[in-house]
Amino acid sequence: MLELRSVTAGYGAFTALWDVSLRVTAGEAVAVVGPNGAGKTTLLRVISGLIAPRAGDLTFDGVPIGGRPPYAIVGHGIAHVPEGRRIFPALTVADNLKMGAFLRAARARFAESLARVFTLFPVLAERQKQRAGSLSGGEQQMLAVGRALMSGPKLILLDEPSMGLAPVMVLRLFDLIRRVREEGYTILVVEQNVRQVLKLVDRAYLLEVGRIKMEGRADQLSEQDFVRKAYVGL
Amino acid sequence: MIDPLFLAEAAINGLLLGGVLALLALGLNLIFGVIDIVWIAYVDLVMICMYAVYFIVQVYGYPMWLGGLASVALGALLGIGVHVLIISPILASAPLNQLLATGGLLFFLQSFATFLWTTDHRSVRLDLPRLEILDMPISVARLIAFTLAVLAMLGLYLFLTRTYIGTAIRAVSQDREAMSLMGANPQRVYVVTSAVGGAMAGLAAALLIIQYAVHPFFGAAFGPITFMICVLGGLGNMVGAFVASFIMSEVIAISGVIWSTEMGYVIAFVVFIVMIFARPGGILARRS
Repeated sequence: MLELRSVTAGYGAFTALWDVSLRVTAGEAVAVVGPNGAGKTTLLRVISGLIAPRAGDLTFDGVPIGGRPPYAIVGHGIAHVPEGRRIFPALTVADNLKMGAFLRAARARFAESLARVFTLFPVLAERQKQRAGSLSGGEQQMLAVGRALMSGPKLILLDEPSMGLAPVMVLRLFDLIRRVREEGYTILVVEQNVRQVLKLVDRAYLLEVGRIKMEGRADQLSEQDFVRKAYVGL
Repeated sequence: MIDPLFLAEAAINGLLLGGVLALLALGLNLIFGVIDIVWIAYVDLVMICMYAVYFIVQVYGYPMWLGGLASVALGALLGIGVHVLIISPILASAPLNQLLATGGLLFFLQSFATFLWTTDHRSVRLDLPRLEILDMPISVARLIAFTLAVLAMLGLYLFLTRTYIGTAIRAVSQDREAMSLMGANPQRVYVVTSAVGGAMAGLAAALLIIQYAVHPFFGAAFGPITFMICVLGGLGNMVGAFVASFIMSEVIAISGVIWSTEMGYVIAFVVFIVMIFARPGGILARRS
């Protein structure tokens, strides 16, 4: 479904990703783990079009998407839940979800998408009229995921969904992401919380200083291996 | 002691003036809130539209409502033009450059108007009935201007809260990048915002020309007070700008009858300076 071949990208003179190749097939959940500054966020930003790749090919369902602007890429069926959630704090929960369905095709399926989001996250239905900025961190993350679902995506990019959440909330959130997965969405998730994320996904990549260092099925990769590689660097 | 009737009349005049000032401040603030740029030449666009109404109504004899509509349309076109031709190419450069560019537009428009139409004061004379309430003469032109300004602001409020594109405009002002991930092209949202801001300048022009004469330096009379209102209300804060407009117009109108019109502006500036020290984030800023 999504394929990256030898993608190199960065900001200004700084190169954050070197020659990264990665693929996600339909129906899969894939994780990219690695220490801070490994280039995980950059990777997702390249895929969703927030950064143009310097070299390499990106294709989605066979269509080249490298270098296309983010507002065009979401139309292909890729929804990005960015780092730090990035909800619209002064808009209501309902308006945030409405903005998720900004695209014309998504607007046509608005009621259907909204019902699906409310089934997954009933708390959002209760808080519809509330300002999004007044939600708790966990609820804001649910809103960010719900907003992404409103565009009717095939692939969801999740950037550090557990960041800044209380441990209890992290567990609940991973449960919810599992349910999103069961709805048939394909997921590419970037996480620091290696233990939890390996329980969620089918496959994982280890990214280190901008390069893919390891790849494999989640159940075969021992957590120790990954943690050691990722954080100790042995 | 000043006759309370004079004060009441001044208060009403202040209120009526406040409506049009609020319209100007909201237009400027909308653009700032979304695109993060202060259009220094905003009131000079109003001046150009005022000339348009003057020519359409006073010189060519078309009805006033037609002049007003043309002014709104011209304002929207000018707004799009300013964004596409001046702001868009330098959107990524330093904020100072953007200020300088719109400042340059101000001098261009002033000189352009002087060159084409000289420095003569020109006004539109409408045959309006006289109105008196409790022995106080009320300017019907001001009453009409106030009413239309309030209706336009209500329309803007509904546009920003009830329509898809209006909500998107507010979303872009909060997080431009996140909104592009939702499928909105920020450039397109900017053009729509500039058109709406420009249309408000056009409407303000039609409402001002029935009360004041236009000349090439009209912007210098209303520009500073408009910026002061925006800063006083908190840049980008629409409700704040609305409230600040009426505070400022009342200060000007009431101190105008107590002392003199010139003194009214002096007092308004003093109030502004004091408020900026007391509440630097604007009168409605949330206390952190």
